[in-house]
Amino acid sequence: MAEMMLAADGTPLKRSLARALRRQKLRALGLIAPLLIFVLITFIVPIASMLFRSVENQIVENTLPMTVEALADWDPNAGKTPSEAVYEALYFDMFLAAEAKRHTRLGTRLNYEQTGVSSLFRQSGRALDDIGKETQKPLEKLNNAWKDGETWHGIFNTTDNTDTALLDLQRKRVAALTGSPASDEVNFAPDATLSNLLPRTTRAYTAWAVYTATQQGRDPATRDPWEAVATALALDLRTADLSAYSGPGADLLAEAQTADLPVPAMATAFADMDEDWAGATVWKTIQTHSSTYTSGYFLNAVDAQKTPDGVAWQPDDKQILLKLFGRTIWMSLLITFSCIALGYPIAWLLANLPMRQANLLLILVLLPFWTSLLVRTSAWKVMLQQQGVINDVLVWIGLVGDGDRLIMINNQFGTIVAMTHILLPFMILPMYSVMQTIPPSYLRAAKSLGATNWTAFWRVYFPQSVPGIGAGSILVFILSIGYYITPEIVGGTKGVFISNRIAYHISSSLNWGLAAALGTILLAAVLVLYWAYDKIVGIDNVKLG
Amino acid sequence: MGLPPYATLGQRIWYYSFRVICGLIFFFLVAPIVVVMPLSFNAQDFFTFTPEMLRLDPEGYSLKHYRDFFTNPQWQLALKNSLIIAPLATIISVSLGTLAAIGLSQSHVPFKGTIMAILISPMIVPLIISATGMFFFYAQLGNWLEGTLGLDKGFVGYVKVVLAHAVLGIPFVIITVTATLVGFDHSLTRAAANMGAGPVTTFFRVQMPLILPGVISGGLFAFITSFDEVVVVLFVGSASQKTLPWQMFIGLREQISPTILAVATILVVISIALLTTVELLRRRSERLRGLSPG
Repeated sequence: MAEMMLAADGTPLKRSLARALRRQKLRALGLIAPLLIFVLITFIVPIASMLFRSVENQIVENTLPMTVEALADWDPNAGKTPSEAVYEALYFDMFLAAEAKRHTRLGTRLNYEQTGVSSLFRQSGRALDDIGKETQKPLEKLNNAWKDGETWHGIFNTTDNTDTALLDLQRKRVAALTGSPASDEVNFAPDATLSNLLPRTTRAYTAWAVYTATQQGRDPATRDPWEAVATALALDLRTADLSAYSGPGADLLAEAQTADLPVPAMATAFADMDEDWAGATVWKTIQTHSSTYTSGYFLNAVDAQKTPDGVAWQPDDKQILLKLFGRTIWMSLLITFSCIALGYPIAWLLANLPMRQANLLLILVLLPFWTSLLVRTSAWKVMLQQQGVINDVLVWIGLVGDGDRLIMINNQFGTIVAMTHILLPFMILPMYSVMQTIPPSYLRAAKSLGATNWTAFWRVYFPQSVPGIGAGSILVFILSIGYYITPEIVGGTKGVFISNRIAYHISSSLNWGLAAALGTILLAAVLVLYWAYDKIVGIDNVKLG
Repeated sequence: MGLPPYATLGQRIWYYSFRVICGLIFFFLVAPIVVVMPLSFNAQDFFTFTPEMLRLDPEGYSLKHYRDFFTNPQWQLALKNSLIIAPLATIISVSLGTLAAIGLSQSHVPFKGTIMAILISPMIVPLIISATGMFFFYAQLGNWLEGTLGLDKGFVGYVKVVLAHAVLGIPFVIITVTATLVGFDHSLTRAAANMGAGPVTTFFRVQMPLILPGVISGGLFAFITSFDEVVVVLFVGSASQKTLPWQMFIGLREQISPTILAVATILVVISIALLTTVELLRRRSERLRGLSPG
């Protein structure tokens, strides 16, 4: 090339064009960006949060962090209950959880896996105080100073030798447990020397101080700590070597150590509370479900469960979800076929009538399409009830006696009829637009070549209308497997779909993880179907009105 | 497709029975909606025709269910909420959606397929799943708005529902407006620019009037989506954001009251009006674009 082509302003043409193109792209993206960001935040993130919730399982380690850690070494198949250290960890974890009223939540969570855990946790939460009182009372009797919050604060607080790691850890623990931030000023700093000498006590006192200050907004310097702190002190004093300690409260601590405070045996104490704690089953459940992420909800969603020995089926009486998935698919297929059967003649009639008449009849199709879903659902409730219009007409004609009116609602029949009616326009409209493109001369040609009416239809017309059937069927099927309102109102218990189960778990049973897992499975099914729809019809060809 | 004079008896029978079948299917489509209307004037609290109504006795008819709708505070709250939430959601989806549709219809858009898929997704994902996802996320969002920004609880409730409904309406706006833009002649904007109009003037004076039918019908779809939506508002909203469909839903599920039929009749009348509007707009748009009105 001898010479580069130049644009009017002297820059090379190529670069000038590239710049113009880039500017155009940026402008297009600039126009799209606000909406894209809006949809990402208000829609895509919520969906992603649902997907996350279906595997998320932090509640166990957030509520019982030390127990989970101590339990990691326990061999569930050895046939023995965990060591005393595990029971001790459980005591301190449970105490904090019970004060924050979070232990019942964990109980509910674990109850999905093993029935009975919920009441066990609730009961234990109430009984925990008694264990602590066994040591708190003798301690306070020994020296009245222990009754005073300022004594405790004076001993464990420091100004220069802070155990920052411990304080941060307890802040994190309280924040994870309660779900609200624990970063406010605490007015307490754990003393590093004591945290070495009396590790349990310093930890328990720090946890209490952080909780009291950040969650209840009270000053730990003036308040009496929980019984659990006294228990921790008794446990520590059994082994602690305080001979070299001369900090604040050294004489008080020495006095308490020589007094030989009663120390509860945790394993026995928990077994007295409820004999389930002395068995291995509940420990196995905690251990199996202690991981941060779990496949448990997905297994539950397909009627299986995670057990210490691997994946197993749920007990027979709890196996309902696979049946419900099957019913959802089966009923959606029935609805789709009913829509094909009712929609095909209508689409054919509309496509073959003169334009003016077809447009008039099309209004009859579009009217239900535009009418509120709840209006149509309530109309079906009115029609199908035992004292409803259809039964009244049947009785009036004399087909049915007044005594034995038909039961057409609160069962599968009701759901199928009402949903066929509601989804029929979605079948007719794509069929109609495909049939409009089939030239009527083809049928006439077939007939003039000697085909009977039936052969001409079946061999010539029908194959050309199949894309319309396909498009309508996928659309109707996708819409119907996710339906909630109509089955809820006319479906009773036998005619409900998987979506009703999702709604039940969201609003009644509060098993959100399972609801999210069910939703994720349903979403995957719908996306696969849409992918097929896109391949067959093309999303761009979706037309409205 | 009249019946030819040489048709055989069998063909005649099939021709007429086919018409009857189609008539029955049309009856199936329209009957439930039509039945609701006279029942809403029932003087009794029944969901069926009373003997007085069948005799066309004026005694059997009354407007009491309509009176109940217009005086009952529950229904009035629901109506007020619907009339607050749906227009706000529509404004958001139409303004953002129209801009994005114009951007999408330009010739060089990177990642067009992906962007389109994301923008259409609220229509594809079943409502119950959108509602589940929003239930988790919007609760946190609400806590954040109340806690960190210190906003009023009732106000936050409306914000959540409006945002949720706006995003549900967006695919309809995108689809209708991009469809209108397919026939848009881009030399018109170039001509406007050539004659000295800035981008904003060009948009409002040249492009907007031409794509207005698409924008309005997209807006109507968005409005209907919000006005008719119940699953998401059940999950995201609280009782003070109760909308008309919500009130109808609890009415149908729990205390069944014939006022629902009066509301249903009003809604049917509204939807007939909307249907007519959309149809007229479609014809106008096709006429403007030089297509024969279908």
